[in-house]
Amino acid sequence: MSALLDVQSLRVRFRSLGMLRALVTRTPDPFIDAVCDVSFHMRRGETLGLVGESGSGKSTIARTVMGLTPAHAGSVRFAGDELIGLSSRDYKAYRRDMTMMFQDPVGSLSPRLTVRSLITEPLRIHGIKDRNRRAEAKRLLEMVGLGEDFAQRFPHQLSGGQARRVGVARALALGPKVIIADEPTAGLDVSVQGEVLNLLARLQEELGIAMLVITHNLNVVRHITDRMAIMYLGRFVEQGPTEEIFHRPRHPYTEALLSANPQPDPDAQLARIEIKGEVPSLMNRPQGCEFHTRCPYAREHCRQVAPGVSHAGEGHVYTCHYPLNT
Amino acid sequence: MPPPDTTHGDTPAKNATHGDAGAFAQHWRQLCRNPLGLFGLALVVLIVLSAVFADFIVPFDATQVMAGPRLAPPSWDHLMGTDQLGRDVFSRVIMGGQVALLVALSSLAAALSAGLILGLIAGFGPQWLDNGLLLLLDSIRAFPVIIFALAVITLLGPSLATVILVVVITTIPVYARVVRTQTQALSNNEYILAERAMGAGTGRILGVHILPNVIGPLLILASMDVPLIIALEAGLSFLGMGVRPPTPSWGTLLNDGYNYIHNSPWPVIAGGVPIILTTLGFTFLGEALRDIFDPKLRRDL
Repeated sequence: MSALLDVQSLRVRFRSLGMLRALVTRTPDPFIDAVCDVSFHMRRGETLGLVGESGSGKSTIARTVMGLTPAHAGSVRFAGDELIGLSSRDYKAYRRDMTMMFQDPVGSLSPRLTVRSLITEPLRIHGIKDRNRRAEAKRLLEMVGLGEDFAQRFPHQLSGGQARRVGVARALALGPKVIIADEPTAGLDVSVQGEVLNLLARLQEELGIAMLVITHNLNVVRHITDRMAIMYLGRFVEQGPTEEIFHRPRHPYTEALLSANPQPDPDAQLARIEIKGEVPSLMNRPQGCEFHTRCPYAREHCRQVAPGVSHAGEGHVYTCHYPLNT
Repeated sequence: MPPPDTTHGDTPAKNATHGDAGAFAQHWRQLCRNPLGLFGLALVVLIVLSAVFADFIVPFDATQVMAGPRLAPPSWDHLMGTDQLGRDVFSRVIMGGQVALLVALSSLAAALSAGLILGLIAGFGPQWLDNGLLLLLDSIRAFPVIIFALAVITLLGPSLATVILVVVITTIPVYARVVRTQTQALSNNEYILAERAMGAGTGRILGVHILPNVIGPLLILASMDVPLIIALEAGLSFLGMGVRPPTPSWGTLLNDGYNYIHNSPWPVIAGGVPIILTTLGFTFLGEALRDIFDPKLRRDL
């Protein structure tokens, strides 16, 4: 089965020093790779979770896929069409099929537009005139469980949960095939988080949308994703079916991450794996395996040689010399 | 947490500050609580009305020589007396107000539009364009206004149009900078990113999502610049570099009266008081508007 969204060896780099300073200080390589050789794919109706610490490159991947940040190398294919290198005019055609929801529920809504204008904005941008905007706004609001009376409101009159629903309605306006949700539950309190997640899961099932969920909340990942990928320093360290990874993580970083997740069960045996130290700087990546500076199991080999990609069946891949749970 | 029947999460924040039907009434009440602002508003309304209906108000043609005796003190015939050519000073003050407002409003309109466009380009365009425009704007701003004005007037000759040109060129950088900074701050908002992700073009982002959020503070700044421009026009006219005689201007009134101040102080007073009142009126009103709409926008003097 061919993938709807196929990302291969994606690399995104940012300038770390200005051109002049790089020249003066003779820095040969004044760039940092925020995203480094990342590959993944999503099928129709599938949910992929992207987890990792802040600064690990999750949002950068999302923005690159949406064409908001230029890629340095690699390929992003949507339904077989290469998107990297498209002009913004050509990219626009794909923005009907791929939409993105941003982190801040209220801050991602233009403050002077009413909810009706906000959720029909995609229709206006794409010049779709054959649909009645008022009726369309009503339909979209109903889909996300908001009454028609919300159409007249302004973003500052919405709560975080309501604003998030408006964001979902806007993302659905053009009937997309892929939704990228950057921290869909950020800034919401727990009960509202649950409502929003259930809404997303329900809509996805009904509409068969593929969804990329970026979060650092592992409960969210476990709740709604089919597969997940764990990022560290701009790379995927492990990727595979969510349940498989939760039960049998192969990479020590995944294990540590999972063990740090608070369990709702007070009787659960907490075997917390501590990782020491700070995240290394992207400007100064460690030699060998990039996780060895913090890995509790690191050996001499890890300090010298970077591990390749290993397979554990069912699309479960990881990069570690000495995987766990084998 | 609220009871489970609230399907849409918690209650909305009810801070209806703008965008609502009652917003105007609320702002009006705020203005009413500010006596200086009300005083300013009254003055501004008075000055604008007198300028608009100047032709119906003036008892004499402002340029008519020997409408009365020379340098007469105020009387019922000549409310503010007459000048050295026997022209009615009251008529000249009213017509001078028309000139002052004409200069202020037309140059402000031109400077605002140009500043807005340049600011949006600098704030939203590529880095090199921003740097280039900033360099240009700061160079203009670094130049002393009066020296610049004298240079331009020497080149082009004194006239109303030259005064307007000088004012426009010297005020564009101020507005452009304000707009640029606001635009840059707004461009980093997530809603702009969301618009780009939806495929909105630069024109739509600037026109629909940035401009409406920039224009408010800009108009407040502009209203506070009216007195500066009126003073500049009067100053240039006083130096004989502004409007050409016999067109009346508050500055020429001062200049004419100044030469005969030993014979009669009335023309000088008549030329000076309107400048002071207009300056005060627009300043008070501008500050009141700023406090109401955008308390963050205090321009430290």
